[in-house]
Amino acid sequence: MSNTLLKLEKRTAYTLVLPAVLLVFAIVLFPIFANVWISFKNIELKDIRIPEPRVKKIVKLISENQSELKIIYKLRNSSLIQEIRNVQFQDKFPKDISPINLDSRCNFQSKKVICNFGNWEAKYRKNFEIIIRNDNSETIDVKLIKSQKPILSGKADNPLLSTNFTLENFKKVFYENNFVELLLTTFYFTFFGTVGAIIFGILAAQLVNQNIQGRTYMRGILLFPYVGPVVALAYTWTLLLDPNSGTLNALLVNFNIIEKPINLLGQKYITMSILGFEFKLRLALTTVIFFEIWRYFPLAFLFILARLQAIPQSLYEAADVDGASPIQKFIHITLPQITAIISILFMIRFIWNFNKFEDIFLLTGGASGTRTLPINVYQQGFAVSDIGMGSAVSIVIVMLLISFMVIYFRLIGKRANEI
Amino acid sequence: MKYKSLGIFLIISSFFLTCILSIWKIMSTLQGLSFTNLNITQVFSIGILLSLAFVLIGNKINHLIKIFSLSFIFSIVYFYLNETSPYWYAFGVFLVTLFFMNKLKKYSMESLKEDFISEKIIFDFITLFGIVFFAFVILFPFYIMLVTSFKTQIALLVNPLDFSLDLTKSLTDLFRSYFVIFDTYNFGRYILISSAVSIGTVIVTLLFAIPAAYAVARLNFFGKNFLSTSILIIYMFPAIVLVIPLYTVFSQLGLRNSIFGLLIVYTATTLPVAIYMLQGYFKSIPKEIEDAGIMDGQNWFGIILKIIIPLSLPAIASVALYVFMIAWNEFLFSLMFLDSPKSFTLSRAIQYLSGDAETPRQYLMAGSVIVTLPVLFIFVYFEKYLVSGLTSGGVKG
Repeated sequence: MSNTLLKLEKRTAYTLVLPAVLLVFAIVLFPIFANVWISFKNIELKDIRIPEPRVKKIVKLISENQSELKIIYKLRNSSLIQEIRNVQFQDKFPKDISPINLDSRCNFQSKKVICNFGNWEAKYRKNFEIIIRNDNSETIDVKLIKSQKPILSGKADNPLLSTNFTLENFKKVFYENNFVELLLTTFYFTFFGTVGAIIFGILAAQLVNQNIQGRTYMRGILLFPYVGPVVALAYTWTLLLDPNSGTLNALLVNFNIIEKPINLLGQKYITMSILGFEFKLRLALTTVIFFEIWRYFPLAFLFILARLQAIPQSLYEAADVDGASPIQKFIHITLPQITAIISILFMIRFIWNFNKFEDIFLLTGGASGTRTLPINVYQQGFAVSDIGMGSAVSIVIVMLLISFMVIYFRLIGKRANEI
Repeated sequence: MKYKSLGIFLIISSFFLTCILSIWKIMSTLQGLSFTNLNITQVFSIGILLSLAFVLIGNKINHLIKIFSLSFIFSIVYFYLNETSPYWYAFGVFLVTLFFMNKLKKYSMESLKEDFISEKIIFDFITLFGIVFFAFVILFPFYIMLVTSFKTQIALLVNPLDFSLDLTKSLTDLFRSYFVIFDTYNFGRYILISSAVSIGTVIVTLLFAIPAAYAVARLNFFGKNFLSTSILIIYMFPAIVLVIPLYTVFSQLGLRNSIFGLLIVYTATTLPVAIYMLQGYFKSIPKEIEDAGIMDGQNWFGIILKIIIPLSLPAIASVALYVFMIAWNEFLFSLMFLDSPKSFTLSRAIQYLSGDAETPRQYLMAGSVIVTLPVLFIFVYFEKYLVSGLTSGGVKG
């Protein structure tokens, strides 16, 4: 009895879970594996269209009473690089109509012309003609003939499925792609974006956690950058920072803080001198990092606030009795309570910032020294149209992600024991 | 000791006053007033005198009378020393000062003798400063987005700092950009597409996620632990590594430029987090309630429909809102999959608009306002649900 129940439970469980699992597998897991396949292929954007035979039908009058018509079929191979094998052609005609002098590759039976055109090489383009005649010498309805669309079929190799592999893509990724700079930029962006977001998150959470007026409103407002659509926010920032008539530059010039506008998103380096030391700052990258911090500190804030509100008030009251100062209270009570959540946040945000594409793409498009790995996937795959190369960069991202996750789970596992 | 804390109090408080007055001045500049100097040192020194007067007067007169008269005197001095400016600006200065004085309420010569008072002063003012700072930094871009959509390109090129609304114009002139993007750029259609995709994603995601989450939360089956950990791992994989294979496969299947294709991808990418959030909630429902359902002869379908869903409506609502927001804001896939303006979503349409350098910025900002408003409205209205959604699943983004 219980055995059948168990079986039933299992079966129910699988029916419930399977649709979701299959969908996620098809759309998320399959592409990750497919990337491996594509990354070993020399394949470009134009190759991914499967070649198909195409035809255009033109009807011409050749006799006065329209009892005879010439039909021209413009045949072509849609692909410029691949042949199509064994092309079959079929067109249907109304009754009482028969072709005359039909091409030897074709035959006519039960009102249909069926042809076997054999193989079409790449760029194939030829005309094919049929002359038809009404058996009773009556007028043929041209519209009716035109409305009938011919059917073509043929076999072509899907370049994605062919089995010639190459290591070329990975060679290019590592040797011809400024790989070291790419990696450094990615890490610079990821690290400072994450740390900045967490620092501002702690500050904001600490603020909102005090008994201030309008605390709930403040929490809502602080989350605006995170919930707003990235497209709208990125373009607003682009306008704000625009060197020609952007509000920020105009304000700074107006109040004589700077002499001439700074192209915050379009300038790779800016030379700063602090205490006599001159150093170069990655300007556009820093601006993008600030946008990133602005957009994602709300999330850190939300998590840290939730943790802060869970700290028992009695701890602070006890500290008050002992005569602790506000700074001592922060260092000895608050900070130890939020280290766990901060380390989790750091690792999760690190992984997410590492993958960030939209923000940089919309702000700079990867120009002026803001090219990160995800931007490179897009550039290689769609700007340069080298799908294989783009996939190879994706594979590099996936490998790095997997190593982050291994580190993450190791550390989190340890943390879980500590708490 | 007392003089040290008095000094700290004076410096920090007038620093805070300088900050909020500067913000007021910047905001007024954006209304077309031509200030060219923030006068920081001047405001700072009058601020010190003001705070000193405040603590010296102490409790001798009523607090309200004290702050009103001090703010009034401050405003007069401020205008005596500065260039002429309109009355509304002066009134603003008065209100800002009043706000500032009210924040000083708890300080007097006596309170400055307390333990750790200097640290407390610093903490208090950093809190105040932080709130003003965060509110300003966050709201300012949204403000610029909104006011730019009401201006014209020429007006902004002539004076990029004048965002004042010309209220003498007719409403149609004021909202011109909105009319243009609806008439010329078809934004009505994009709103419909975006809504259809987002609401569709919510419905399909819930249809798939609720049964799966129920199974993970309640039933025993082989591979359950593996499934629940892999949900989280899959969730960590970014859209950018999925894009190339999906693009090639969708191209070959003819799913690009179709709302259906977009719907599938959005559903699949939000499913893991939806399942994760829901199963956590389902586990918290007492099992006895379900046992009662089983006794009544319900099958799993009946249990989910009649017991689980009614009991977990708040959780389902927060998942639905969260998924809606992800789908509404999504950009990468719509950039990759949609080429034809017939099937654009709002985000993609705005990006397309910006691709043309000739597009006036007010149209871009009007589009941005249109895509942002629904999300912010939903967020403000359902904040409670959304915040719980964000905290349980919001590692993404």
